[in-house]
Amino acid sequence: MKEAEKLLTINDLTVEFTSDREIIQAVNHVSLEIYKGETLGLVGETGAGKTTIAKSILRILPKPQGRTKSGSIIFDGADLLSISEHEMRKIRGNKISMIFQDPMSALNPVVSVGKQISEAIMLHQKLSKKETKELAIKMLEMVGIPGARYDEYPHQFSGGMKQRVIIAMALACRPELLLADEPTTALDVTIQAQVLEMMAKLKEELKTSMLLITHDLGIVAETCDKVAVIYAGEIIEYAGVEEIFDNPVHPYTLGLFGSLPSADGDKEKRLKPINGMMPNPARLPGGCKFAERCPHASEECRSNEIELADTGEGHLVRCMKCSLVKEAR
Amino acid sequence: MINYIVKRLLLMIPVLLGVSLLVFTIMYFTPGDPAIIILGPSATQESIAQTKQELGLDKPFGERYLEYIGNAFLRFDLGKSFFTGRSVSDEVLIRLPYTLKLAGLAILCSLIIGIPAGATAAMNQNTWKDNATMFGALFFLSMPAFWFALVLVMIFSINLKLLPVVGIETWTGYILPVISMSVGGAAGIARQTRSSMLEVIRQDYVTTARAKGQKERLVVIGHILRNGLIPIVVVAGNSMGTMMGGALIAETIFSIPGMGSYMVNAISKRDYPVVQGGVLVIAVCFSLIMLLVDIVLAFVDPRIRAQFSSKKKKGSAAKWKAAA
Repeated sequence: MKEAEKLLTINDLTVEFTSDREIIQAVNHVSLEIYKGETLGLVGETGAGKTTIAKSILRILPKPQGRTKSGSIIFDGADLLSISEHEMRKIRGNKISMIFQDPMSALNPVVSVGKQISEAIMLHQKLSKKETKELAIKMLEMVGIPGARYDEYPHQFSGGMKQRVIIAMALACRPELLLADEPTTALDVTIQAQVLEMMAKLKEELKTSMLLITHDLGIVAETCDKVAVIYAGEIIEYAGVEEIFDNPVHPYTLGLFGSLPSADGDKEKRLKPINGMMPNPARLPGGCKFAERCPHASEECRSNEIELADTGEGHLVRCMKCSLVKEAR
Repeated sequence: MINYIVKRLLLMIPVLLGVSLLVFTIMYFTPGDPAIIILGPSATQESIAQTKQELGLDKPFGERYLEYIGNAFLRFDLGKSFFTGRSVSDEVLIRLPYTLKLAGLAILCSLIIGIPAGATAAMNQNTWKDNATMFGALFFLSMPAFWFALVLVMIFSINLKLLPVVGIETWTGYILPVISMSVGGAAGIARQTRSSMLEVIRQDYVTTARAKGQKERLVVIGHILRNGLIPIVVVAGNSMGTMMGGALIAETIFSIPGMGSYMVNAISKRDYPVVQGGVLVIAVCFSLIMLLVDIVLAFVDPRIRAQFSSKKKKGSAAKWKAAA
């Protein structure tokens, strides 16, 4: 995988939201890379800025509140943040497409599901009406929905089925990169497994790269090649999936694993929640953003800006107490 | 769907019976005697009694009402005017088309102006475009229609001499009445369009449409407006109904022989059959417009359509109507 080509490179991305009189720093100096065929997991709690990163890639941040303040997003040799809106439209839904978090609200309730898939196809492929419909039906069947349901409306589908429709829509133009924003969060567990399995299969068939946004570490372990852990808009740990599971370094990542229940372990052992709350993104503290909740934090954590440092073999961590944390573990 | 339409048409019968009873009773208790108005102040008691008998006003209330609805509902005969002696049904058939044409053109005009204006405001929320549109809408909404009509006449007919002052002999005669009738409706529709689009604008499926690479204009038309259309259609239907009655101001100012001017004259003269017949006909039109609104809603929203086919009566159509 290492020799593979880079598909997407995000450099120093900073995104701000303006609300009333406050400036909310949603994403701060995030850099990441996705190689062809690879799945990168973006892990973090609600409000950490995961979805904002995905929306910045497609430039569909809510206007006029959200804007990318600095950085670049290089895809296929072009900076997505500086190309024209017209060029961007050709990429959206075609080379990069997105699966949204909540299937209940991501489909237009007054347009038939078939037409919604056809819309994506028609925008990017020069096909006749008949061919478009045929392809849309093929996509529906690919995600396990009978083609005869082409003319049905979203309210006639269950949540899991709607998510399948959304996946069919996202994959209709065989995108090179799929941004999956918590694709299974809104589904119940049995359906989650089905949807994930189907996504993995389709990804294999279409050789699509994927940015998988989730807070479910189980899903990460199953589907991702690499993981970036996001906290308060910053990447705090970035490594291969096995490395991060075997060898987590950042206290926050450790905390995430500590708050997972285990079935085989000691029943007496209680879950360890991470105490405290994420800092208000409108008033981020200086220094380490996690210092407030960190058992190892000291004065120097709060006063110095901490760089993302390589602890060896491409395992990046934003913590100055790495060695201390490792010992404590 | 056809079952539903038939059911709605049958439901109109009790509604119209209710309307006729209401109007009949109100006219009965309204002070003023048509016989005295016809004969003038110098009439003798005897001639008044005689005229009353001729008009059938000497009979008791119940008998008069039953006779009236018998004629109206079974023979479509709305009686004769006390003053001209002409059949109300015939007169209505001549006058109704004018009012329908005016109200229809006015609502069309309101939609053509109101929807784009509201959409522009919503898409540019909290910018000067939004503020300007909403200020304009509030201005036209709070302006009395008769005053605006007179101002229009003064500017375009009297000063500039571009358009006729009264009458509708040529198509140019329709311009001022239609404009004066439609500004209020356009303002109402613009405000409704703005607020219902703002409700939709942050929905996830709008982001989905953008993420597909759809052009912004088509996102607005195909996804945002399409979903915000239900309350807009309801408001447009209501304004159409109101315009049927409200046309009387424009009809009086521009001397158009429509239903409004017909009924206003009749009310002041206590011409019972004309008032009753006119109200009944307008009630029929209103009910038909509401039915049309519900049919349009079914076309716009598949969820409402599904309710029709499952024959449920209470649905979001009714909910929206109650809200509006």
